[in-house]
Amino acid sequence: MKFRSVFDIIGPVMIGPSSSHTAGAARIGRVARNLFDREPKWAHISFYGSFAKTYKGHGTDVAIVGGLLDFDTFDERIKESLELARKKKMKVTFREEEAVPEHPNTAKVTVGDDDGELELVGISIGGGKIEIVELNGFKLRLSGHNPAILVVHDDRFGAIANVSNILAKHQINIGQMEVSRKEKGKMALMTIEVDHNLEDHVIAEITALPNITQVARIVD
Amino acid sequence: MFRNVAELVELAESKQKRISTLMIEQEMEVTGKNREEIIRQMGVNLDVMEQAVEKGLQGVRSVSGLTGGDAVLLQNYIKSGNSLSGELLLDAVSKAVATNEVNAAMGTICATPTAGSAGVVPGTLFALQNKLKPTREQKIEFLFTAGAFGFGVANNASISGAAGGCQAEVGSASGMAAAAIVEMAGGTPAQSAEAMAITLKNMLGLVCDPVAGLVEVPCVKRNAMGAANAMVAADMALAGITSRIPCDEVIDAMYKIGQTMPSALRETAQGGLAATPTGRELEAKIFGLPLNKK
Repeated sequence: MKFRSVFDIIGPVMIGPSSSHTAGAARIGRVARNLFDREPKWAHISFYGSFAKTYKGHGTDVAIVGGLLDFDTFDERIKESLELARKKKMKVTFREEEAVPEHPNTAKVTVGDDDGELELVGISIGGGKIEIVELNGFKLRLSGHNPAILVVHDDRFGAIANVSNILAKHQINIGQMEVSRKEKGKMALMTIEVDHNLEDHVIAEITALPNITQVARIVD
Repeated sequence: MFRNVAELVELAESKQKRISTLMIEQEMEVTGKNREEIIRQMGVNLDVMEQAVEKGLQGVRSVSGLTGGDAVLLQNYIKSGNSLSGELLLDAVSKAVATNEVNAAMGTICATPTAGSAGVVPGTLFALQNKLKPTREQKIEFLFTAGAFGFGVANNASISGAAGGCQAEVGSASGMAAAAIVEMAGGTPAQSAEAMAITLKNMLGLVCDPVAGLVEVPCVKRNAMGAANAMVAADMALAGITSRIPCDEVIDAMYKIGQTMPSALRETAQGGLAATPTGRELEAKIFGLPLNKK
């Protein structure tokens, strides 16, 4: 079931004109911002498919930058987001890609600053609902509607068990979990959707585990 | 948990419950939230819809200038007393238009199920105000019922114009509205499903061809006709008329039509009305592009 909540159908409350091209884009931008965990200094945004053909008319560019500025779908400031980004000296570039994506509404967002960068691919599946399908080259499935953590780690035995033990200790239920790696023994990623938002001290505890490189949080 | 319209109707009949009640119960089960919280959240959506209609009826205009002001024209026409289709029907149409004009002007709306099709459900709901005199609770129930039927479409077909054409957007919205109108007017769950089937059948094949890629032309007028379609189909179902093709099969047909639709007709502004000489001219004018853009 792609849609689980009635509020995926009746909702979201949003700034017009398009739930997939405006609200969905704002949500993709906001997930990138949340995963980066701070305001990026620059952003390169690539639009594919219908996004590439019609983003100007739908305000997709305005909305995705609104998301990068941490605005929700109904935040009136979305309308002025390009100007607001300029004032904050965030450098934003857009590209219309020719490649035919798997889903017609696809965006690739690369954000960064002096301390690092992050790349994600998001799709807008209709009615404002999104999925994050790729993060830093890792394929993944993330609804963006449940709280989730992403744990970058070294592919070693016990790494996954250690993380799930900490979640169990804090009585946090795992709704969905996916593990992927680039190469055996190299960099790997755990994608864990949970029922409740994780508090800072839980994140800190996971970060302190051996073989864990980075922990990012997506708040519902 | 229901997965399609047949299961929804079956559940409502066997448990002797309203569709809206079943939707609220399913939401409680899926999200773990309590009834009050879920109803409160839907109340917020209702308020946003009401404010959008009010704003649109005062007259708005989009940045491109392509849309705006039609809701006001229709209201004035209704007041003249000379309307042919009847006041309630035209009131629904004007309120659907009002919502979509606000959407096109980058105002605040509630996607129902999408922003491009946000006018149909509130348009019909608020037009029924004088005739059926619903309480606030009943209006909120109307939205849950519409949501339940939309849930069936979204999970078995699509509600996105880019994926399935305008039949998936305005078509779904109209079917959802028709089903909810039937419940509010006292019809049975089965009649709601018939109303949705009748509505959606008449929107099959509807392409998504927004001029200049904007959610304006023909989107606003398609919401108008979507609202009219929903009202008429609801009346047909309440009269006892059934659809020869069951609702879930219509939804499945819609999905398959969407999949076979060329991408030029799925929200890319490459075909249909967007590709007409006037459509191209408007696009060039709005974005300052050369006219030879393919």
